[in-house]
Amino acid sequence: MSFDIGDGIDSAVNYILDNFSPALDLVAASIGFVTDGLQNGLLAIPMPVGIAVFALLALWRVSFGFAVFAGLSLALVGQMGLWAAMMETLSLVIASTAIAMIVGLPLGVAMARRDSVAAIIRPALDLMQTMPAFVYLIPAAMFFGLGAVPGTIATVIFSMPPVVRLTNLGIRQVDVEFVEAGNAFGCTPTQLLLKVQLPNAMPSIMAGINQTIMLSLSMVVIASMIGAGGLGNTVLTGIQRLDVGTGFEGGLAVVILAVILDRLTQSLGSKGARLRLPFLKFGLRQPEAKAA
Amino acid sequence: MAFTTEHENGTADGSTKIKLKDVYKIFGEHTEDALGLLRAGKSKADIHRKTGCSIGVNGATFDIKAGEIFVIMGLSGSGKSTLLRLLNRLIEPTAGSIEIDGQDITKMSRKALIELRRRDISMVFQSFALLPNRNVLNNAAFGLEVAGVGELERKEKAMAALKAVGLEGYSESRPDELSGGMKQRVGLARALASEPSILLMDEAFSALDPLIRTEMQDELVRLQAEHSRTIVFVSHDLDEAMRIGDRICIMQNGNVVQVGTPDEIVGNPANDYIRSFFRNVDVSQVFKAGDVARKNQITIIERQGVSAAAALEQMKSRDREFAIIVGRDMKYHGMVSQASLMEKIRSKAEDPYRKAFLADATPIAANEQLSGVLGQVAASAWPVPVVDEEHRYVGAISKSALLETLDRAN
Ligand SMILES: Nc1ncnc2c1ncn2[C@@H]1O[C@H](COP(=O)(O)OP(=O)(O)O)[C@@H](O)[C@H]1O
Ligand SMILES: [Mg+2]
Repeated sequence: MSFDIGDGIDSAVNYILDNFSPALDLVAASIGFVTDGLQNGLLAIPMPVGIAVFALLALWRVSFGFAVFAGLSLALVGQMGLWAAMMETLSLVIASTAIAMIVGLPLGVAMARRDSVAAIIRPALDLMQTMPAFVYLIPAAMFFGLGAVPGTIATVIFSMPPVVRLTNLGIRQVDVEFVEAGNAFGCTPTQLLLKVQLPNAMPSIMAGINQTIMLSLSMVVIASMIGAGGLGNTVLTGIQRLDVGTGFEGGLAVVILAVILDRLTQSLGSKGARLRLPFLKFGLRQPEAKAA
Repeated sequence: MAFTTEHENGTADGSTKIKLKDVYKIFGEHTEDALGLLRAGKSKADIHRKTGCSIGVNGATFDIKAGEIFVIMGLSGSGKSTLLRLLNRLIEPTAGSIEIDGQDITKMSRKALIELRRRDISMVFQSFALLPNRNVLNNAAFGLEVAGVGELERKEKAMAALKAVGLEGYSESRPDELSGGMKQRVGLARALASEPSILLMDEAFSALDPLIRTEMQDELVRLQAEHSRTIVFVSHDLDEAMRIGDRICIMQNGNVVQVGTPDEIVGNPANDYIRSFFRNVDVSQVFKAGDVARKNQITIIERQGVSAAAALEQMKSRDREFAIIVGRDMKYHGMVSQASLMEKIRSKAEDPYRKAFLADATPIAANEQLSGVLGQVAASAWPVPVVDEEHRYVGAISKSALLETLDRAN
């Protein structure tokens, strides 16, 4: 006797399509609004300005050396004619990371507060992470058609688990004495969360966001298969035409974007990103008051 | 009382501030069953085997008086921290009642409890628990901020609290820029800023090195003298407990085994567990001269008609080298030896007693710390007389009595 899970999923998808299409349209419209807006905004920035912004961020948050690397590598991307594609990809990454955070942070907080919630959500996260990424493309495309919107949604699902997990973990790992102090001084649960738990869980949460960004970047490339656009398209074209050069250029641009985003977001997690530029040091960072 | 500290003259008015009655804390799932077994007199091992529960506090009943420093002492794992946390319900009691100012906090709503913690009780932690994302001032202002006090007022109060602990110059520093002792001063300032009537301190000075630790103990006693609060102080260190405690509560395995003044506990320990604490204690820090003085010297009342010769005879017959001369009102007049008395009698002096007084037999005040008079007693060729505030003779400290006292520790 066989029980066909695939059939079951099919009919569930159809049921949702038949009964919830206004809701789906609303979701699609709002996500589309965000991604379109971001894309148009980023594409409107002239390439030299864009490169300069990245280099300055790298200088401020990471180091002089990394700023040089960012500037040169982005110039290379421009040289390969992939600047616009990269901005499209970046906008998808930003949009899906933002959505993953909006959904994921509260989920992580809820998990940290109640073991029962954690017990329910944890297996769902495992499932989301272990399911092959391509699988999300199918229902996303069925519900939302082709384009940036289903691409973003598939990306959100794939990339959300780290931010949820690490928010939960970060809050649970806050020193018990901090939590005791919060309670002992009369915090309400909300005050405890905002004044004690979240600030102290920040490094962990930022690590989660960093991982989410990295995962969403990898997923955005895959999502080009359902027309999400961006650098994924370049890679896809390379594959379809068996054009190694094009495929490699697309891949290289993805790697460059990944490295820059990784280093920049990591630097947000550490408290004092230090400007490692001896001759520019004065004035940019307040000298730390040293206690006698 | 064994220890002269300013707070003894403070405002401890003896009224009950916190009243614990039959307070239990059982950790685990089936606490009801465990409580039943515990009350039925079953052993902890038995209860743990049957229910999986462990006993944190086993039926604590005692009062804490307003304005006193009440020390909870015991070995690690004896339930001190648990007992302390029951007082502000950071840990929920399993059974019993805890009254603060006559109000049973175990029956309080969450809201009332939060109000109580904001207004009346604050806490100081062993590892300071300063929030690393706030500067010193905002750490000190934390309790007030949580209570919704306006920015201006809370900064002012926090600044005053920092000033009280001598850290007004560090308000903008980050906690990780401070030394351990300074961090705990901030912890103290945070606890004082809301002007609570009760201060809970869990091994607050245990993480500090010995010198800083003593300094902080003195600081606490000083603060207490300036503004008397009810302080419940957890410590595993008897020296610390003796040094700052008005009364000490000794815990063993979740049981409260003795509550008393340092004197009562040292003088009359309830069991061997408590006695074992004194092995390393410096008793000269605990006792005062009056505690050790014994009335085993001959006293001679100086009055008309009793001749010095008769006194000398009395000393000889009882084989005593020295005698204390007192007035009818028992006031101390002086001390004589057989030799000095004999000499004056022989030389037919006018007032043989007075003339015979040993010149350097200066009496010690009864409330003087024993540690402060060790040298004098050791160097003296005779027992050193001890007098009370009204100069009445209370006894004398002989070298042998002193050694015996010091030896009690070992
Ligand atoms: N949350 C808890 N769950 C289970 N057992 C606990 C818990 N907290 C404390 N205990 C147990 O209660 C006993 C007393 O602990 P504690 O009050 O921390 O002792 P102390 O402060 O005197 O070192 C110990 O045996 C400890 O293992
Ligand atoms: Mg403890």
